[in-house]
Amino acid sequence: MLTLLGIAVVVAGFAIRLNPLLVIGAAVLVTGWAAGFSPVEILSAFGKAFNENRYVSLLWLVLPLIGLLERYGLQERARMLVARIRVVTVGRLLLFYFVVRQITASLGLTSLGGHPQMVRPLIAPMAEAAAEKEFGAISDDTRFRIRANAAAVDNVALFFGEDIFLAISSILLIKGFLQQSGVIVQPFELSVWAIPTAVLALLIHGTRVLLFDRRLKREAARKSKTA
Amino acid sequence: MITLQFCYVMAGLAFGGFAVLSAFDRSNRRRFGTTAFWGLFAASFLFGSSLRDWQNGLLVLALIVLGGCGLLGHGKPETSTAQERRLSAERHGNWLFTPALLVPAIALLGTLFLKQAHIGALPLLDAKNVTVISLVLGIVVALAVAILWLRPLALRPLQEGRRLADMVGWTIVLPQMLASLGAIFALSGVGSAVGEIATRYLPLDQPFEAVVVYCLGMAAFTTVMGNAFAAFPVMTAAIGLPLIVDRFHGNAAIMAAIGMLSGFCGTLTTPMAANFNIVPAALLELPDRNGVIRVQLPTAGFMLIANTLLMYALVYRF
Repeated sequence: MLTLLGIAVVVAGFAIRLNPLLVIGAAVLVTGWAAGFSPVEILSAFGKAFNENRYVSLLWLVLPLIGLLERYGLQERARMLVARIRVVTVGRLLLFYFVVRQITASLGLTSLGGHPQMVRPLIAPMAEAAAEKEFGAISDDTRFRIRANAAAVDNVALFFGEDIFLAISSILLIKGFLQQSGVIVQPFELSVWAIPTAVLALLIHGTRVLLFDRRLKREAARKSKTA
Repeated sequence: MITLQFCYVMAGLAFGGFAVLSAFDRSNRRRFGTTAFWGLFAASFLFGSSLRDWQNGLLVLALIVLGGCGLLGHGKPETSTAQERRLSAERHGNWLFTPALLVPAIALLGTLFLKQAHIGALPLLDAKNVTVISLVLGIVVALAVAILWLRPLALRPLQEGRRLADMVGWTIVLPQMLASLGAIFALSGVGSAVGEIATRYLPLDQPFEAVVVYCLGMAAFTTVMGNAFAAFPVMTAAIGLPLIVDRFHGNAAIMAAIGMLSGFCGTLTTPMAANFNIVPAALLELPDRNGVIRVQLPTAGFMLIANTLLMYALVYRF
């Protein structure tokens, strides 16, 4: 039971908004100590785990490419593209991206989206441009909320789309774990039963995105009335 | 053969470049802290495989101290003005999207077709890691195309990369740190302790209760661990298999599929899932670190209720 102290450290650390790196460092120490490891053993285990997880950070290799394209006006081009299409609103754009992201993820194309390579350079600027087209200048607060919504759409569509694909890591993990426990399931069965949730996610988050549109409209109307 | 090691060398060179350029950037008040941080991260990529475990441990410790105590600054490499960007966007047109879209396109083609490719008797890619390697190949090829097309000065791609890396700051290492913390939790038996508590203190006598505890448990445990993959084996071994499947004769595939998706509801709510929730807040320059989570909370709640009801409606019927 003592090993759960590490979790308490994490929860408390995040709750009082300490720097997450320090929280992680403290949680590692406490957990390792509670499990009876010596400091050197803890240091070695953490170093080994960090080294084995390097692939997690490989995506950052995209930064020079995105930075270079931004220098040549990638975000501005994304804005121009949206400004030309009359029917685009923030909500409709985000809903469109949601559907594309969910369908491609369900086909296993999970790298077709993502925050560094898609949301920051393309989707967020497009959504901001859609708002500016409709309402004129927007406040910083509105801008930040639009960006956060763009990031959320990427996550929700990915999470509730990818499990429909047969060979995604979570499906393979489920199959492997159940097999160890003596239960044989086929990946196909697992992915079929991910479909109802995927549909509900589209309905629920799609509705929220369109409601966000109406809310932006209301706020803009109120602002123009007071101004 | 192209292996993960090749990808690590590429990443090491990029971050090594950020480190060197940071050292010469006088606009950054903490340029030596910044240099040390990116330099150590580069060293992990370049030499991590040949370092001893405790040496890697010291390296991580140094990253934690540098990033955790605010010793990183923001470099200000010169970049184009808003006016220049608009003109460039007019001039280059929609072709500007091509390199950005080349990355997923090549990643996809590589995943589909390069798995079996051989040069002579040697496989072209390490088949175990074909997705990650294809993604890195996509990035390298797209960058090469962009450089040949736009012909920037030699150091520009690195400088622009450094501009973004400094903006994201220590958050860059957070996902990898959290994954490593997960490994320490697993090593110390945190998972089984949680499962024990769940089974000992929660009501589980009815089929409906078992489903509710399993789904909520997946979400709650994922929120704490930041990763549904860590929660799944624990909750499924503690509640899913013995109760839902064995005692109440539920369908294992439905239980597992919707159980995992209940865990994903937890992922939407937690700063522990840094690459989905904290990294984008930094990348999009949001003032509130939890801005993305705030937007996702209602969806996570509705989806968790939906998943629980869905599982109850389906799992005992098929």
